[in-house]
Parts: sequence; structure tokens; C-alpha cells
Amino acid sequence: MSGRFEPLPGGGAAVALDGVEISILRSLAMQLAELIGPGDQPAGGGDPLDALFADGPSKPPEDPALARLFPDAYSPPDEELGAREEKEAREASAEFRRFTENDLRARKRDDALAVVRDLDALGPGSAGGAAAVLELAPERSRHWLGALNDLRLAIGTRLEVTDEDDGGELLGLPDSDPRKPMVMAYFWLGGLQETLIETLMPE
Amino acid sequence: MGRVSVAPVEIERPESREAPESVPEPDVPWVTVVHNDPVNLMSYVTYVFQSYFGYSKDKANRLMLDVHHKGRAIVSSGTREEMERDVQAMHGYGLWATLQQER
Repeated sequence: MSGRFEPLPGGGAAVALDGVEISILRSLAMQLAELIGPGDQPAGGGDPLDALFADGPSKPPEDPALARLFPDAYSPPDEELGAREEKEAREASAEFRRFTENDLRARKRDDALAVVRDLDALGPGSAGGAAAVLELAPERSRHWLGALNDLRLAIGTRLEVTDEDDGGELLGLPDSDPRKPMVMAYFWLGGLQETLIETLMPE
Repeated sequence: MGRVSVAPVEIERPESREAPESVPEPDVPWVTVVHNDPVNLMSYVTYVFQSYFGYSKDKANRLMLDVHHKGRAIVSSGTREEMERDVQAMHGYGLWATLQQER
């Protein structure tokens, strides 16, 4: 796996992917979309307008990966708050969440599904192992950038990456370790993201 | 998002309640704080500060390094409503951000 995005003349980015890479990326993006889900749907699920005006959840997600994607807005991770401040922060975070989380979930899900769609558009032949070149216009690149970052956040949380130095440690895992495939995917996605950013970086 | 914050919430308070110094001052600005995390790429954090806030490469890079080395950086300040918008945007990018009143 040596995926690298290259800038296209006139804007946009391109990456060569083989069939295995395409199927891994597609599978990860689908899992991310499923993990994010549509959020809490109103009971009955009849009128789509209900969903549009429904309040979002007020509690942080229990899944650690989702909790990282949708953090509390008023509770700093590095500060001990007094009992009263803690209560105020919790209430303000809950209110913020009610107004923002559904929208945020929809956008992150759209990003993940954009990745799936763009990979599918490479054609059925690519699934057989043939290499294909994926070209992204700048607008698509931004969806991909969001999805790649969310994927790394989700996988990084699962792998319990705790600081930048953990990289070396995780890379050194023996092949027999059950985490190894996910670790390889994590670093491969990091390379894709890093090179995609270079094509988007404002001067 | 139809959210409207009524920033100076407590104009009249019964004097018997908490110590006055713990009451948030309505005039004190709110800030958006971005926290360090082990997953986000340094180049990505810089990219976000440049493209969302429109900061120069130097300023974006300096703030990113603050996040990285000090664990946190104040990336914007303003009204509570503005900071909620910024925090929501940071969460959209996958950065770990919170807002608070400057102390």
C-alpha cells in the first residue's frame, strides 16, 4: 500500500489505487457511515420534516469513537471544574448537542458516503484487482479529507492511540497481533490524508 | 441552526446566592479552545486554521504548535454565539474544541 495523492494541474487531486485498496477504503467508509448513522430518529419516522426540526440528543454517545467525533462543547478535557461549573458545563453541552449533533452527523455521513460513491464510480472492473486512478475536484477533495480524518479518529480511538509517539509502537506490532491490519490501515489512511492536504493547502 | 444565545443571562440575582466573583461577567469575551489529540495530523490542524479562520500560514502554524506542545490554544474570541459557531465548525473538521468565558 503506497497510496499518495498528487496534485492535478489546475486544481484537484489524483491517487492510484489497486483493487484491494479500493475495497478496503470502501469497506471502511461504509463502516464509518454506519457507525455515524442518521442519529436519533423521531419515533414513527413518517414525515421527513419531523427529522429536520427534531432536537438532537443531549447526552454524549456511549461509543468512544462516536464520543470523540461528537465531543462536549463546554467541557474541556484538561480542566478540573468545580461542582457548580461542572453542572453548568454539562447543561450547556447538552443544549449545544441538541442543536448541533444531528446536523454534524448528517455532514460526516455525507462525507463517508461521498467516498463510497466516488470509489464505485471507478467502475466494476476495479474490484477485480485492477488499478484505477481516482481524480477528485477540489470540492470532492474536501469531502474526502473530512472522511479520511473521521476514519482516522474512529480507528485511532479503537486502537487507543494515546499520543504521537504511539505510532512507532503500533507499527512494531508482530504480524500475529489481531490489531495489525487495523494499524496498517490507520497509517495508510494517514499517508492518504497527509498528501491530500498538500494538494489543498492555501498558500 | 436556530440557536440564539442570550449572553448576559443573569442581570438580577438574589444576593443570597453564590459568591459574586463566580458570576460570569457579561462583558468578558468567550473563547474557542482547541485541544491536542493524538490522531489529528499537524498539517491538518494548520490547514483547518487557515481555511476556516482565514489565518495566515504563520499564524495557523503557530497556533497548531501551541496546541501540540501546550495541549491547547485559544483560536478565536467573541460573543458566545460566535464561539458556538466556531466550536461547531471545529467539530465538523474533527478537531477537539470547547468554548469558555475568558478568565
